[in-house]
Amino acid sequence: MLEIAIWLSETEWSIALHESLYLYPWIESAHVLSICFFIGTLIFVDLRLMGAVFNKLPISEMNTRVLPWSIFGFGLMTITGLLLFYAIPVRSYQNIFFRFKIFLILLSGLNAFLFHRQMSLEGKKWDEGQNIPKTVHLKAAASLILWSGVIVSGRMIAYNWFDCDRQPQPEWVNWAAGCIMELSLTGDF
Amino acid sequence: MESERLFHLFDRLEQSYIGEAIRNSIWMFPVIEATHLIGLAILGGSILVGDLRLLGLLLSSKPIQYVIRQTTFLLKLGLIVLVSTGIPLFLSEAIKCYYSRAFWIKMSALMLGLIFLFFIRNPICLSAEEESRKFKIIGSISISLWAIVAGSGRWIGFS
Repeated sequence: MLEIAIWLSETEWSIALHESLYLYPWIESAHVLSICFFIGTLIFVDLRLMGAVFNKLPISEMNTRVLPWSIFGFGLMTITGLLLFYAIPVRSYQNIFFRFKIFLILLSGLNAFLFHRQMSLEGKKWDEGQNIPKTVHLKAAASLILWSGVIVSGRMIAYNWFDCDRQPQPEWVNWAAGCIMELSLTGDF
Repeated sequence: MESERLFHLFDRLEQSYIGEAIRNSIWMFPVIEATHLIGLAILGGSILVGDLRLLGLLLSSKPIQYVIRQTTFLLKLGLIVLVSTGIPLFLSEAIKCYYSRAFWIKMSALMLGLIFLFFIRNPICLSAEEESRKFKIIGSISISLWAIVAGSGRWIGFS
């Protein structure tokens, strides 16, 4: 994986993006503003599942009318996020917050998968006025907590507290960040 | 003369206890900033759901009044989170903000956005009955103002 990141970092477009005066900040701003589309609208979908907003609307309607905007936002975040990674591949790959963020995104994905599987099985009953099961409330709450964690850890990528070129670090930090000590000690990183 | 006074005010704000404490801490600024972003998600989402409804792009079969009402609580919550984290962030770097064009653009758009939201958008949307083109205009103005607030806010960090 590290080899891939190093290879990416040496491509022409990666260097151009990294060194660009305006393009990088614009992409990063778009990434941050996409939060409103993605997580901002997802908050309403999740809170509907928990019975806090739009209670007159069937859950299926929230999922067909509001969720597409969240998915649109997720698309924007993914495209801009990949570009941001492409601009700074090695440092991102070895950043502990970046790794934690990816871990949280995978957990959120699993949570979303479990929810949608449950909805495809029992969703009809929810629309007919039956009580929403506790397990659905839990998945909605997990979604809100996990995505908040993604925002926070994403913001923290900007800080180099645990970067490989800042030694000494506790062993577990270097392990979690995937630092290769022989390399970082030579000062090449 | 006026700007000199303003500068001294900003200078004193930067020297304030809270500003000092945030600057002297490694983690306080990042943590407040991250919370500010969560506020952005809450406020931005509430504004978007309302404005996209006004534009006829979301839940268009449901009454505008209903959608605006359902988003108002979270909208205010988001505002509270943003303002209560934004003020300490400002205090920690007031002088930088003084010289930052992005900061002044953000504050101007924020004032316009708040006035438009509470004195124009919400009162009209909560009282009007029938659909009309004016809602699309209101939605476009609102979404543009808040996009400027959020975008220029991000830009303060680049300057």
